[in-house]
Formats: sequence, structure tokens, C-alpha cells
Amino acid sequence: MQKNLLLGVEAVAQGSIDGGISGVYAYPGTPSTEITEYIQENKLAIEKGIRSKWSANEKTAYEAALGMSYAGKRSMVCMKHVGLNVAADAFMNSAITGINGGMVVTVADDPSMHSSQNEQDSRYYARFAMIPAFEPSNQQEAYDMTRDAFQVSEETGVPVMVRITTRLAHSRTGVERSEVIKENLLEMPDDPSQFVLLPFNARKRYKSLLNKQELFEQLSENSKYNFLKIGSDKKLGIIACGIAYNYLKENFSDKECPHSILKISQYPIPVKMLAELEKNCDEVLVLEEGYPIVEEAVKGIFKKEIKVNGKLNGVLPRDGELNVDIVSKALGKAINEGPQIPELVVNRPPALCQGCGHHDMYQALNEAVSIYSKGRVFSDIGCYALGALPPYESIYSCVDMGASVTMAKGAADAGLIPSIAVIGDSTFTHSGVTGLLDAVNDKSNIVVVISDNESVSMTGGQESSALGRIESICEGVGVDPNHIRVLVPLRKNHDNMVQAFNEELSYNGVSVLIFRRECIQAMAKRKRMEKIAKEVSLK
Amino acid sequence: MKTDILLAGVGGQGILSIASILGEAALRENLFLKQAETHGMSQRGGAVISHLRISDKEIASDLIAKGSAEIILSVEPMEALRYLPFLSKTGYLVTNTTPFENIVNYPNIEDILNEVKKQPFFIAIDADKIAKEIGNHRASNVVMLGAATPFIQINPEKIEDGIVHIFRKKGDEMVQLNLKAFRAGREFALKNR
Repeated sequence: MQKNLLLGVEAVAQGSIDGGISGVYAYPGTPSTEITEYIQENKLAIEKGIRSKWSANEKTAYEAALGMSYAGKRSMVCMKHVGLNVAADAFMNSAITGINGGMVVTVADDPSMHSSQNEQDSRYYARFAMIPAFEPSNQQEAYDMTRDAFQVSEETGVPVMVRITTRLAHSRTGVERSEVIKENLLEMPDDPSQFVLLPFNARKRYKSLLNKQELFEQLSENSKYNFLKIGSDKKLGIIACGIAYNYLKENFSDKECPHSILKISQYPIPVKMLAELEKNCDEVLVLEEGYPIVEEAVKGIFKKEIKVNGKLNGVLPRDGELNVDIVSKALGKAINEGPQIPELVVNRPPALCQGCGHHDMYQALNEAVSIYSKGRVFSDIGCYALGALPPYESIYSCVDMGASVTMAKGAADAGLIPSIAVIGDSTFTHSGVTGLLDAVNDKSNIVVVISDNESVSMTGGQESSALGRIESICEGVGVDPNHIRVLVPLRKNHDNMVQAFNEELSYNGVSVLIFRRECIQAMAKRKRMEKIAKEVSLK
Repeated sequence: MKTDILLAGVGGQGILSIASILGEAALRENLFLKQAETHGMSQRGGAVISHLRISDKEIASDLIAKGSAEIILSVEPMEALRYLPFLSKTGYLVTNTTPFENIVNYPNIEDILNEVKKQPFFIAIDADKIAKEIGNHRASNVVMLGAATPFIQINPEKIEDGIVHIFRKKGDEMVQLNLKAFRAGREFALKNR
């Protein structure tokens, strides 16, 4: 049988479709975006009518997925690691409410920060919420675990996390599918108070979650994804979590690994397996991608004093993703590095595309603020964050979704006037609106630039929740309509844009300047789709 | 049989298409394959890389180890040099010679090509020029793929099947153009290896 060539993210998506979901909820974020895109375009998912439109942010996505679970159906919510911060309130409490239909939370972490502002490890969140988590080591496991996770969720009554990292997310290989599980029927929760987290209910629910911990551990001990293989070498034992197991295997591709190996791909940590490993080695090496969560835990679990090697004692680097060479080095093997990189090679950071409207906005902004001291422009998460780099060097912050508006407000409150926020359309509806409401209520003296390219561009041109709504949203939260202005960021409009900036910078209150021109990547994608649609209709 | 290929270039230059074609060909040959690629921020004109591993045995790691790539296939000359530590002692550096200059401090192209020529095994090909002569400069990535095939243990006919499969939805003209580009690249490498 020919296997399907799937990226890790696509394997998760296919696993969820075959696992019987009725809906997927998500906000785009690298490296998780393609999970939802795959479901949106998958023939079977379309035939089955699986709900898959983008949500405004990860919190709304999470809560909607929980609502679908409440109604008895299986749902998945996907996000990048920092997206779980946005959804954390719903996430933590959903562990207390529990689920009705199976619910899976897929979180894609980004160690090495290929496309992110930190490399937080979502396994801590799973432990924090005290729910089971899967961490696939390869794409086949990504498929199998996602498909199984719905079953585990229904058996245990809690949401289950699938944690992947960038490398697995964006690497493709052959994956074999299993049979498609039927969708659940609409069915109400047995206990009508289950989702009512008033203190007296919440206390009961929390106790029930605590009581389930033993079950979760048993599931890990008996999981087909975790195993302990006792080796001939009794000196060193190795714990390999998720994708780290592949790098370990690669190091022994031509011979048997003499060390005992404990592979962990399902959490909580299988403590009995760990105790068995401890009996069979004098020293242990912990290989895990992300933070040293297992490494920290084993130190508390091991009964005898054995040396634990890993990220905490410098045997492995504390930051960044793992690879074959890092694992080789930790095993004391020599690396046969090829020729060195010649000195003349320079960095090539990403840049705004040629013809992108953000260029024109930044040119006008830079001219308008040139009369003030530097450091007054707060920005946000999106392509326009590249405005921090030459040639513009316009912005002084990029922290989290929506923080431009609120940080500009805080700085203005402190007396830094003018303060300016630069935010994209989709980031604005994700988390900028409430900050704008704060600014209006406080009559803060800020200028909010919404650089509206009518799509979620950094992640590949997904549909923006803000499309066609920005002016009405701004008016709705109370911005004076005379200070909501729409401009077209083109070179020929440069002088008009600078003038608009000057006028609004001198206004004492909240102004919103909307620079609207479609993302050129999204436009190219749209035109390709229209051409294909036209050709199909002609046939 | 095992071939580790490191594909390099700048976001938007089409290294993912090269990877898809080879992936398709590997599947047709019933080989195992793993291919890690760069998505996200770097795709906006930044340095991008794809690790492509093909083998007749199951493959563990998604990433290639340093010093073990049989081929570095780069559609841009400076990007070819960035990944030299991955090249094996007997490996081939196959690179386009047309620079993609989207940064202000891009080094002198002659200096870059001199570094390329210092390698024991290299193919330096002006893929943009060849693609233009054939009819479309955008096929330069497929010229590069052709130039790497003498060093890849996959039947070139299977790779051509892969090209047909990948470009089919863009029409017959695109298929023919890319087949021509592929053959031109292969011919150049066979003559200049």
C-alpha cells in the first residue's frame, strides 16, 4: 500500500478527521497553521461537513471547541505554543469541567524560535492542568496519537493534549491511515452541573480531577507509545521524549544501542518504568526537546542518588531545538563536521515583500515622527514587526498579540506623548480591540495605526476576522469617527499619509489610522484560486 | 542506499517544489523519505533550508547530521556556502551562480564563487540563464534539480514522472517547460562534473 506523504501537522489533521471530529477551531500560528488548513481543504472533511473556519483568537477557538464537546461531539483546537497563553483561562478550567465529547488540544511548540518570540514548553501546561499529553516522535505517531487521543479523552473525561514541535510539524514522510471513526451524535452531558464552575461545583470537579491522576499514570505505564528496553550496558540509561527518540535512533542506525532506553511519548511520566530504568543504570541521560521538564521530574522520582545528565548540567544546550549532532555529542561521539562556513557569508533575515503596503506606511510614519525623539512606536505580532529591521527601524516593541495598543496607552499615560501603536488587521481583532476600549475609556492620547492588508499574512494569507469590520469596530468601542481615517498605502499617497499622521499626532485623544491595501501574497494566492475556479467552471 | 540532500535558497525561490518532486519520485521508487522544511517568517525573503533524506531503509531523524550530506543543492550561491558544515567529504556542492541580492551587505559574487570552487566536488551552473533561454526564468529551480540528479540514486525517469505529477495542474505547457529545464540542468552537470 502506498503511504500518504504527510507533514507532521497534516498527520495530526488527518488523525483528527479519521478520529471522528465534528469541528476544528484555531487561529493561525507557525508551526500549527497547516493543521487547520489541511482540514479546510480535505475532501473527506468537506464531505462530512467538519466545521473548520478560522476563529478570532485562540481563546474563542478553545471555548468553541469546549462547547462542541459539551454537546457530545468530538472537537479539536489547535494553536502555537504562545497561543495557549491566550487560551490559558479556558484551558485550565476545561481540565476542571472535563469534557463530554472527546476533546484534543494540539499545541505546536517552536524551540529555536524559528517564527516565535519565545520557546515555552507546553508540556508544563499539560502538567499544570493535570491532564494527559501525547508527544509523538514521528509523523506516524502524530497520526495515531491524535486519532487515539479522542478515545483517551472520552475514557478519562478530560481534554487531552497533543504536543508537537516545529521539526516534526514541518517534516514530511509516509503515514499509514487507519479506519475512519464515526462522528458522535449530539448528546448532553450526564450531569447538568458538570460545566458550572461555581465554587461548590468546582471543588467537587477538582477533586474528581485529582482522583483521576492515578488513572492517567496507569495509562502512561501501559501506553503502546511508551516503552522501556533494557540494554547490555548497565552504566548509562537514556530517557528519550518525543522527537528526541529519533535523534537517538539515528545515532545507532547501523548497530544496536547498548544502553537501556526509556521512550516517553505519553504523559504523565510513567513512574514505574522510570523506577525500572533506575535499577538498570548508574547514570541517566535525558533527551527532550524544550524545557527540562522530565529531567527535573526524574531527580525527584529516582530513589538512589544517580547522576542525571541533560540540559540542567550542560550536557545538552539549555535553549534551542535538538538535532542529531547535539545528541551525538551528549553520547560522547565525535562529529565529522564538513568544511567551515566561509567568513564572507552574511545573515539573510526575512524582509517585507517588495510591493507590500507596510513599506509605504512605515515610510510615512518615519517621516511624521522624525521631529520627535526616538522610541515612541509600539508594534505587534505580524509581518510589520519586520519594521524593526533596517531600512525602517521604526518600532520599539513586539511582545504579544495586541500589546502595541496597550503598551502605547501605558506609555502615553506615563507622559510619553505622542505614543503610537502599529498593529495588523487580524492582530487587532485577535487582541487589540479590548485595549482600544481601555484607551477610549481613559481618553488616552495615542495614535493607533492599523496596517490592514486584509489577511493573516505572516502565516500564509489566511482569512482575517477583521475583514470589512475595522471602522465599525473602532466606532463601536467609542473612537470619535472624525479621528478614524482610512488611507491607501501607496507611494503616490505619501504626502497625504504624512499629513494625516501630523494631524492625528497633534490631536489629544484616541486616533485610528487605517492603512488598507491587500497583502500582495494573499492577492497572488487569490488570483491563482480564481484562475483555477474559472478553468474548472469552463470544463 | 541512502542519499541525504540539503536544499538551500531564499524564501520564495522554489526549493519546496524541488523537494516535492523528489519526494514524489522517491515514493514511486518505493523508497523511504523524510523531508524537513522551513515555514513561517523566513519564507519572507529569508534564508530557507530543507533537509531531504531518501533511503531504502527506514529513516529515523528528520534532520541531516553534520558532515553527512551527499549533496548540497542550492538555488543561490551564498546560501550554498551557509550549510557547508553539513557536506560529507565525498559530497557534491551543486549551486546556482545567479545571486539573489535582497540584502544591502551582499558579498562580492566573485568571492562567493571562488569559495564554491575551493570545494573538491562542485557543480556551478547559471540556472537562471538556462531557464531564461528555455523560456521562463522561474524554472531555474528545476534546472538546479536536473543538475543534482547525476548524484542522486533515483532513476531520472522517475524524477521526470514526479515533475509531470507536480506541474500537471498548471497545464501541459508548464510540464513541458519544466521537463526541458530539468534535462538542460542534468546535461550540464553530466558534462561538467
